[in-house]
Amino acid sequence: MPKVVTNDNPYLPHMGTIREIIQETPNIKTFRIVLDDPEEMAAFRFEPGQVGQLSVFGVGESTFVINSPPTRREYLQFSVMKTGEVTRALHRLSEGDPIGVRAPLGNSFPVDELKGKDILFVGGGIGMAPLRTLLLTMADRREEFGDITVIYGARSPQDLCYRYEFDEWKAAGVNLILTVDREFPGWEERVGFVPTVLAEEAPSPFNRVAITCGPPIMIKFVLAGLKELGYEDDQILTTLERRMKCGIGLCGRCNIGDTYVCVDGPVFSNTQLRRMVSEL
Amino acid sequence: MEQAFFLADAELQEALAGLSAQADVWVPASDARKPGLVRFRRFQPGLTVRLDARSLVSAKEVLFPRSETLLRFTKEKDLSVPAGHRIHLDDARTVRPVVVFGCRPCDARGFLTFDPVFTKGPYRDPYYSERREKTTFVSLVCRDADAACFCSAVGSGPADPEGSDAQLIPVDGGYVLRPVTERGAALLEPIGRTAAPEQIREAQDVLDQVGRETVGEGSLTTLAEAFRARFQDPAFWHAHIDKCLSCGLCTFVCPTCYCFTITDEARGLNGERIRSWDACMFPHFTLEASGHNPRPSKVERYRNRVGHKFSYFPARYGQVACCGCGRCVRHCPVSVDIRAVVRDLPAQEEAHA
Repeated sequence: MPKVVTNDNPYLPHMGTIREIIQETPNIKTFRIVLDDPEEMAAFRFEPGQVGQLSVFGVGESTFVINSPPTRREYLQFSVMKTGEVTRALHRLSEGDPIGVRAPLGNSFPVDELKGKDILFVGGGIGMAPLRTLLLTMADRREEFGDITVIYGARSPQDLCYRYEFDEWKAAGVNLILTVDREFPGWEERVGFVPTVLAEEAPSPFNRVAITCGPPIMIKFVLAGLKELGYEDDQILTTLERRMKCGIGLCGRCNIGDTYVCVDGPVFSNTQLRRMVSEL
Repeated sequence: MEQAFFLADAELQEALAGLSAQADVWVPASDARKPGLVRFRRFQPGLTVRLDARSLVSAKEVLFPRSETLLRFTKEKDLSVPAGHRIHLDDARTVRPVVVFGCRPCDARGFLTFDPVFTKGPYRDPYYSERREKTTFVSLVCRDADAACFCSAVGSGPADPEGSDAQLIPVDGGYVLRPVTERGAALLEPIGRTAAPEQIREAQDVLDQVGRETVGEGSLTTLAEAFRARFQDPAFWHAHIDKCLSCGLCTFVCPTCYCFTITDEARGLNGERIRSWDACMFPHFTLEASGHNPRPSKVERYRNRVGHKFSYFPARYGQVACCGCGRCVRHCPVSVDIRAVVRDLPAQEEAHA
C-alpha cells in the first residue's frame, strides 16, 4: 500500500528497510538503512554531522547521527548503543525489518572551512560515530585536507566501534592512534585514557582544527588538554546530545538557554559553547 | 469605531447556535455538577455559557489539544519476504473552522507566542498551523482583572485587540461586537444587528475606560540581561523556588506554554503516534537514557521556565512568552509568583542573602 502523504509534514517519517546490521560491541549495533522509495533514496542529501530520528513504530523515536558520509550514498548508517526504551527496541530488529527515518535534521560540520587544514579527531566509545561521517568524507576527498590524526579510545578492545575498517582508514592516509583504558591480553596499541594519550601525542595546534566527541567526562578533560596544547576555542568543534522528541525546534526539551541543540546543533565550536548558559 | 454590531444577552445562545452551523464554537462554560469550574467547551444548545467568569484553563487546547494523533501506523504482513512485514503510515486529518468566542484578550494574545514557533519554522507544524488558519478569535474586553492579573506588565492590557479578530464589549443589555480583522467582520455580520449610535458611544466609552487601566505593576519585558546575570546565582533561585512542588500546574494552565512530548501507543497491528502536553517542570522532561539530566533539580527547571519566557524566547522571537493572564500565580498550590521572581531579577540588594 502506498504511503499517504497529505502534505509536507515534518513529523511523518520516510519508510526504510534495514539492509544490514553490524554488532560493533556488546552493546552497540550499526544499522544500514535504505529508504523504500528509490526516488527518495536517490534524492536524499545531507551534510556530515546531521542527524536523523529513527522510528520503531509502537515504541517511539530517538535521535542518532548519520554516520555514513555523504560521499557514499548506497545506504544511511546509524550506530545505536543499547541504553533506553527505543534503543532496546532497535536492537531487537532484524535485517529486512521496516524502520522509520526522519532525516536529515540539525546542522553539520563546516567542511568547507576545514579545507587545507590539519585535522585532529578525538573520540571515545560511541562518540566515534559523528566523527566517522566527517572522517570518511575527508578520506574520500583526501587531497583537500592536510594531516588527519585520529585518537580513538574505549574501555576495552571489544568496545571499539568500526574495527573492521581501521585498515581502510589507515590506507586513506589517516594517522590512527588507538587506546584502551587498561592492559588486555593481545592488545598491542596504546593503553591509557584518551586525554592522557592526547597530552602524550601533543598534535600541534598550528593550522589545525580538533573535533571531539565522547562521554561528557572525556570531553571535559579533552577540552582542557587542547587548551593546554594551545588550541583556541574556535579551533575546537564538538557535537552535543540532548533528549529530543520533535527534533525540529518545537517541543522545548533540548534547549541550552536560547540555543536548541536539535536545530542550532548538534555541531558547536567551543566558542559557541562558552557563550551558552552553563546547563550541560 | 467604524463598524459594530449589537448582540443582546437574550440572543447569545441563538447567535452561538448560528455560528455553530459553520464552525466548532468554543466558549467558556460550566456545568451543573461543577458550577465553579469554567473551561472552554464546544458549544451546544443549552450549555451554560459563562462569559462572566475567567476560565481555569485557557483556550490553548482549542488549537493545541492536550493530546492529539500525529499519525496512525498499521503493520501488514509482506508476502514477498519470509517473516517480513511492512508499515503503512497515515497522517490524514480534517480541520474544521473554529471560533473561540468570549475568551479574554490575554488568551487570544497567548497564541502570538505559539505562532512564530509553530507556523514560521524552521519547520512548520502542520497540525497547529492548519487549525490556526481556520480559527477566529472573539475576545471579551476584560473588566474584572484580579490581583493575579498582570497583562499590562507584559505589554498587553484588558482591552488589547492584538491576537483577536473581534472584540466583545459589554454594554447595557448585551454586547457591542467590534471587528478587528476582516475575518472578524465576516464572522460577525450574520449574527448581530447593526449597533445603534448610542450603543456604539457606550462601547467606545467602555473601550476608552478599560484601555486606560493598568493591570499589574511595572514592566516585565526588558529583563533578558538581568536574567543572564542571575543565572549563576543559586541562592536567588533557591529563595524563590524551594517551595515549588514540581506539580507542573503552572505550565498546564498557561496560554503560552507549548512544550510537548510524543509517544507511541499500539494495540495488535495498529497504533498511533500521539502528541501530548508536557511540562519543563517535570524531572523526567530532560532525563536522558544514560541517567544524565541537564536540568536535574527544580532550581534548573524553574530557572529554565523563567528564562524561556523572559530571556530565551525574546532573544529568538523578539517578544516575551507571557500574556500576563495570571493563572500560574492564581492557581499555584504553594503561591509561587512568577511576577515577583522576574521583578527581583535585577535587584541589587540580596533580600535572600
